Amino acid sequence: MLIPHPLLGPRDAAEFTVMGDASLIDRPDPQSDDAARAFHDHVYLRDNPAGVHRELWFHEHGDRSWLVVTRNTLTHEILEVRLARDVALEHGR
Amino acid sequence: MSFSAFRILAEALTGHGGWKPMWREPEPQARYDIVIIGGGGHGLATAYYLAKEHGLTNIAVVEKGWLGSGNIGRNTTIIRSNYMLPGNEPFYELSMRLWEGLEQDFNYNAMVSQRGVLNLCHSDAQRDAYVRRGNAMIMAGADAELLDTDGVRAMYPFLDFANARFPVKGGLLQRRGGTARHDAVAWGYARGADMRGVDILQNCEVTGFLIEDGQCNGVETTRGTIRAGKVASCAAGSSSRVLEKAGLRLPIESHVLQAFVSEGLKPVIDGVITFGAGHFYISQSDKGGLVFGGDIDGYNSYAQRGNLPVIEDVCEGGMALMPAIGRARLLRAWGGVMDMSMDGSPIIDRTPVNNLFINAGWCYGGFKATPASGWCYAHLLATGKPHPVAAQMRLDRFERGLAIDEKGAGPQPNLH
Ligand SMILES: Cc1cc2nc3c(=O)[nH]c(=O)nc-3n(C[C@H](O)[C@H](O)[C@H](O)COP(=O)(O)OP(=O)(O)OC[C@H]3O[C@@H](n4cnc5c(N)ncnc54)[C@H](O)[C@@H]3O)c2cc1C
Repeated sequence: MLIPHPLLGPRDAAEFTVMGDASLIDRPDPQSDDAARAFHDHVYLRDNPAGVHRELWFHEHGDRSWLVVTRNTLTHEILEVRLARDVALEHGR
Repeated sequence: MSFSAFRILAEALTGHGGWKPMWREPEPQARYDIVIIGGGGHGLATAYYLAKEHGLTNIAVVEKGWLGSGNIGRNTTIIRSNYMLPGNEPFYELSMRLWEGLEQDFNYNAMVSQRGVLNLCHSDAQRDAYVRRGNAMIMAGADAELLDTDGVRAMYPFLDFANARFPVKGGLLQRRGGTARHDAVAWGYARGADMRGVDILQNCEVTGFLIEDGQCNGVETTRGTIRAGKVASCAAGSSSRVLEKAGLRLPIESHVLQAFVSEGLKPVIDGVITFGAGHFYISQSDKGGLVFGGDIDGYNSYAQRGNLPVIEDVCEGGMALMPAIGRARLLRAWGGVMDMSMDGSPIIDRTPVNNLFINAGWCYGGFKATPASGWCYAHLLATGKPHPVAAQMRLDRFERGLAIDEKGAGPQPNLH
C-alpha cells in the first residue's frame, strides 16, 4: 500500500504505524455526567466497518506526522489522506 | 457410518463405493431451539457438544459460504496451552485435553500430532518471563519444560545459535502441544453434529435479527427467516459486522493475518518452533511444506489478503532464526480476517440483547481453542451459566477493569 502523504507525496505503508480508528481524536468531555461510560466506549469499542474506514496512521519512520487515512477495508483502496492536525482542529480539539 | 481400519480394508476390496457424504444438505426449517451463526470450527464444535453433551439437537448452524471457508481452513494449525493468566490458561488446558481425546470422541482422523511447541528465548529477561509462564502453566495442570541452549541444540541443531543480535539462550517447551489438520477438525465436528440431527445450512448468510422487546427471536437470512429460541453468534472475523445488525458495538477490530508455505521438503522440522526476538513461527506439514507465519499486517481489513511488507518481515525473521530457510522457495501465501480484541483474549458471553450470545475475539489463536470454545459455549447455551474456565471471558470486562491482557499491551488490538 502507498499512502499519499499530504506533505511528502506517496510513501510506503511500511513506514507507518497504524494507531486505529480516527474517532480516537474525539476524546469525550471528562466533566460530563456520563464521562465514565463515554470514555469506556471511546477507548474500547469500535465500529469496525467493512468498507470505508477513517483511521490514524503515524509516520514513524518518516516525518513523524499523524495522518487521518480514509481507506476501504474490503479493497485496501485509499480514498483520502489528511493531516490529523487539520482534522482535529476542525473537530474543535 | 463409522471409520475404522476394518472399514477401510472392506472399502478397498469393494471399489470404495460405500463412502457416503459426511453430512446432509437440509432445507432450513422455520424454527430451531438454537441457531448458531458461522460454520467455522467454533460454530461446528458448539453444535457438536450441544448435541453430544447436552442432548440438544434441534439446532441449525448457518454459514454464509461453504463449511470451513473461514479461518478454520486458513490457519497454521498450531495447538498449545502455554498461556499465563488465570483467565486464559485453564481454558486452553481444557482445550488441550479435549484435543487429546478428540479423534476417538468424534471418530474422525483430525491428524492431531503432539509434536511439541518450542518458544525460543534470546535474553536473560526473556528466560525469566518464560520461567514465570512455565510455572503458571504447570499450576494449571499443563506441561512445561525449560531448555538451555544445549537442550535446544539437541532438538534443532540448524538454528543460528550464535546470531550476533539474538543468540538462542534456551526455550520453553510444551511437549503436548503440536498441530492438527484444520479442515478435518471442521469436518469431524460437522459430521458428528449432523449425525445427531443438527442442520448445517451452507450458503445461508445472516442479514439481520428478529428482535422484539429487547429479545432476539431469530435471524433473517438469505434463505429466509429462521426463528430461534436462542441465537449464538460465532462469526470470528465478521463478528462486528454480524452483531452490528443487532445494534451492538464490540471491543473488536478485524485485522488480516497472513500465512506461508514453502515447496515440499524432506523432513527437517519435527515440531513447532517460535522465534522469540521477532514474530516468526514455523512447522512442517506432513506433505513436507514448511508452514510459517508472523505478525498481523496491522491495519483493519476484511480483504482476506495482506501486503508485501509483512511477507518481507516474516521472511527476515525466518532468516535470522534458521538461515537455511533461504534455500527454500515460497509456494503460497494467503490471509484470513481475525477478530482482534482489546486485550488479545476472547469473549464467550451473553449480550445485552436477551437470548443473543457472543463467541468472538479469538485473535490469531483461536484454532487451538476450537474444542474448548465449543465446549464452553455449548455449556453457556445449554445451562445458562458460564463454564468455570471461561467465566472471565466476559463481554463487559473492559468496563469493569478486568481485561485479560497476556502481553500487557493495552487497548490497541494490533499490538496483541
Ligand atoms: C493465517 C492464519 C493463521 C492462524 N494460525 C493459527 C494457529 O496456528 N493456531 C491457532 O490457534 N489459531 C490460528 N489462527 C486463528 C484461528 O484460525 C481463528 O481464531 C479461528 O479459526 C476462528 O474461529 P472459527 O474457526 O470459528 O472461524 P471461521 O472459520 O472464520 O468461522 C466463522 C464463520 O462465520 C461465517 N460467517 C461470517 N458472517 C456470517 C453471516 N453473516 N452469516 C453466516 N455466516 C457468517 C464465515 O463465513 C465463517 O465460516 C490463524 C488465523 C489465520 C488467519
